[in-house]
Amino acid sequence: MESAPAATADWPDRIYDLLKRYDIRQVALVPDAGHARLIRRCLADNDLRVVTCTTEEEGVALMQGAWLGGQRSILLMQSSGVGNCINMLSLGTIHRCPMPMLVTMRGDFGEFNPAQIPMGQATQATLEAMGTIVHRADTEADLLPTIEATLKLAFNTFRPTATLIGQRLLGAKTFGKD
Amino acid sequence: MLDRRELCAAVLKDRGDLLVVAGLGASAWDITAIGDTPANFPLWGGMGGAVMIGLGLALAQPDKPVLVITGDGEMLMGVGALATIAHQAPRNLSILVQDNEHYSETGGQQTATRHGTDLVVMAEGAGIKRTQRIASLEDAAKFRDVVHAKGGPIFALAKIEAKNLPLVLPPREGAILQARMREHLLGPSAHLA
Repeated sequence: MESAPAATADWPDRIYDLLKRYDIRQVALVPDAGHARLIRRCLADNDLRVVTCTTEEEGVALMQGAWLGGQRSILLMQSSGVGNCINMLSLGTIHRCPMPMLVTMRGDFGEFNPAQIPMGQATQATLEAMGTIVHRADTEADLLPTIEATLKLAFNTFRPTATLIGQRLLGAKTFGKD
Repeated sequence: MLDRRELCAAVLKDRGDLLVVAGLGASAWDITAIGDTPANFPLWGGMGGAVMIGLGLALAQPDKPVLVITGDGEMLMGVGALATIAHQAPRNLSILVQDNEHYSETGGQQTATRHGTDLVVMAEGAGIKRTQRIASLEDAAKFRDVVHAKGGPIFALAKIEAKNLPLVLPPREGAILQARMREHLLGPSAHLA
């Protein structure tokens, strides 16, 4: 069992509604358990193209192509994937391309796995170093307004933006040791 | 072994509504030498991302043929994307790798294709059903027809001569390169999105 919200938490459905309201048409992702319910909703929608990538930087390049062709897109990933995106994020800066990202955190609040700590702790600094405007959401009350701000900033001001969804909200993976 | 500019000229002949993404370096100079246009998106960076930019563009513009022209070094860096493209399988996406078996922009160091790596086999292994080896300008003309017939996704590879040709540089301002293609596709409203 990965770090994931309780099955009854319905905020992933409200994120899906937000993606529809902002006319997102391509959803790039490398799967994360924290996004599993949202991914299922997107896969069930024939007006959304879900592109499962072999590495997260592919998703950054996909967003560049989608915008070139007139479609809005988003990248869903886990915090460890942010490290895979670094150089590709230059595309958003050099072309002024909207690139919203929703990042589910590991190596964060209450992490169990030491291997998640280095990239998890570097996630925000890494994104910011590459010109991404980053917001964090650590409570359910903050989540939707923060993601909406991330979408608005991307599409109104033409740049990479990200919401980091904290482990305090997602729940930490414990490998049965909690 | 083909001359890379003659190859590009054959593939871009009578290009109609074709959209072209070119990998950074020599491929970008090649498409610019044939003729710079808003329907070209030459890259100055983002190495390894050319075919994924082509995928996003092809999915957004399903009625238009999209061709990605790139080199063996750039393709090797993002080679996992071939699996992603095979999965999505847009018929209007074509890929042409100009394989000179060298990193020609950085001093001519050899790539893995010089030592047995076969990108056509890798594309087939990734699940791309249609592939072509281009060995002549006649082959290139046939590939051009498949591109325009939107019979893809197709992955083609041509072995080309490893020599540096005169630089023909496209605009360097990325915001212009993006905006001009968006306006070409969407009209002036592209800038009000």
